[in-house]
Amino acid sequence: MKTNFRGKAHKFGDDVDTDFIVPARYLVTTDPVELGKHCMEGQDPQFVGRVRAGDIMVAGKNFGCGSSREHAPWSIQGAGLSCVVAKSFARIFFRNSINIGLPILESPEASEKIQDGDDVEVDLTTGVIKNHTRGETYSSRPFPEFMRRIVESGGLMKYVRKKLALPGK
Amino acid sequence: MGMTITEKILAAHAQDGNGSSRRKEVHAGDFLQVRVDLAMGNDVTAPIAIRTLEAEGLNKVWDRRRIALVLSHFLPAKDIQSAAQAGIVRKFARLQKIVNYFDETNGGVEHALLPELGLVVPGDVVIGADSHSCTYGALGIFSTGVGSTDLAAIMATGEWWCKVPESMKFVYHGRLNKWVTGKDLVLYTIGQIGVDGALYRAMEFTGEVIRSLSVEARLTMSNMAIEAGGKSGIIEADGKTEAYVKSRTKRPYKIYKSDPDASYVETVEWDVTHMEPQIARPSLPSNTVGVSQVAGTKVDQVFLGSCTNGRIEDLRVAAAILKGRQVAPGVRLIVIPATHNIYRQAMKEGLLKIFSEARAAVSTATCGPCLGGHMGVLAEGEVCLSTSNRNFPGRMGHKDAPVYLANPAVAAATAVAGCITHPDDVVKKSGRKK
Repeated sequence: MKTNFRGKAHKFGDDVDTDFIVPARYLVTTDPVELGKHCMEGQDPQFVGRVRAGDIMVAGKNFGCGSSREHAPWSIQGAGLSCVVAKSFARIFFRNSINIGLPILESPEASEKIQDGDDVEVDLTTGVIKNHTRGETYSSRPFPEFMRRIVESGGLMKYVRKKLALPGK
Repeated sequence: MGMTITEKILAAHAQDGNGSSRRKEVHAGDFLQVRVDLAMGNDVTAPIAIRTLEAEGLNKVWDRRRIALVLSHFLPAKDIQSAAQAGIVRKFARLQKIVNYFDETNGGVEHALLPELGLVVPGDVVIGADSHSCTYGALGIFSTGVGSTDLAAIMATGEWWCKVPESMKFVYHGRLNKWVTGKDLVLYTIGQIGVDGALYRAMEFTGEVIRSLSVEARLTMSNMAIEAGGKSGIIEADGKTEAYVKSRTKRPYKIYKSDPDASYVETVEWDVTHMEPQIARPSLPSNTVGVSQVAGTKVDQVFLGSCTNGRIEDLRVAAAILKGRQVAPGVRLIVIPATHNIYRQAMKEGLLKIFSEARAAVSTATCGPCLGGHMGVLAEGEVCLSTSNRNFPGRMGHKDAPVYLANPAVAAATAVAGCITHPDDVVKKSGRKK
């Protein structure tokens, strides 16, 4: 699993909900690539056109609130974004991201100081976020050990395979 | 140290790794594997879970009796893609011989359906792949919403990982005014604490006002715990809960109660005696005010239904206002009984006739307009008052279509007046047609 990402920051505000991330009219598909084409379309239909592979999403508090649709983290991944940095995450979005392997980092400081378009680098192993545009470094909250085990297994289903003692895939 | 009702239920379901033993005591912050009594998926979330199981080569579910698959969101199919999605679930349900599989002729919106059929009982752990799965908490159940991969893991193993949530206690004192009910209490609560005011926490609703509420009104409250960021919204089971459950199932249940010395991260007490019906203004469920502050706001559409307020009591209170009256010219009223059984009951009681004569559009059960799916999607600039649970930008259609949330009585009064209206202003001031 890749643990280092560098890209342009795309900044959003507080309480970005899942209808904003992927509107319900696209819930008729389960294909991440197709979902990626509509990422953030609820508010900004031009967004996907501005994303380059590896870019980083930055948001305020309670990111991903609302519905339980896993289509939301899938669409973020499908659009080519590498990870999401936010002040805090809504609970189901948080679980879904861990479960599908979308890296997320909780950092109130980074969330406040990073501006749209900044050149940002994220190291998942240390949780350190570097802002190359502003020459600043921020730390993020480490995941509890239990969650790290899921992430290190390669997501929830790989973890489940291990638990069920099924041969690896 | 004492335990909350949430901690007790989770302790009773905790696995020790060998798959059997329960734990005497757990507390907020502990990570657990818990045994799940019922797992639920719908036509939006189950297809991804099924795809995930198939991709992992896991082709047998843990227990075909403990999985509920409910087609609800885009039912009857709104287009070719949603028909194909429903088909994935139908095929899987057939193949795995899922006992609790519900389609358009016998089901409805899952959170109205499962309690109605007695598939969830006090003391259970219920995990649903839909955010409003917190609804069942109203019956003294630990229940919460998850995504599709979590559902896939539970369908394979019957277990779910969780962090025991901190609990936040809400105590409601006083006596409710006429027209004020569970919806108003929960909108008020979200308005006070914000859309992340209970983030990751178990919300525990209690006090004499909660005990005075019907089971259906309690279901409405627990339903919206997620709109405050809550992991769950739980209410201790009482005599009303037992009567409700016993009339629906013979399954044994267990009533848990919080210890007097249980630990709460926060306790909030309100006297709600003088509360008027509450409205969440666009575009956050926490943007709440009393109805008098937005009275007169013109609407284009009113939606009565959803897992929040599409139950028989909701239809009765709306029908009582609509009887002998008509929806204002230029306003569309959409009524969707939340389940097939509620639809039939409403037909038996003559409620559907009242709605139809009032010039409402009445549909078979679906989540439909609540999530901007179908059956009443809003165009740019259209204003809707809805009895559902969310009003984020774009929730019911175009991102610039403002949505107000309210209780069913306010919805009916608003449909008649054509603008947001206190039910008294319709009932007391405008006469019925003979």
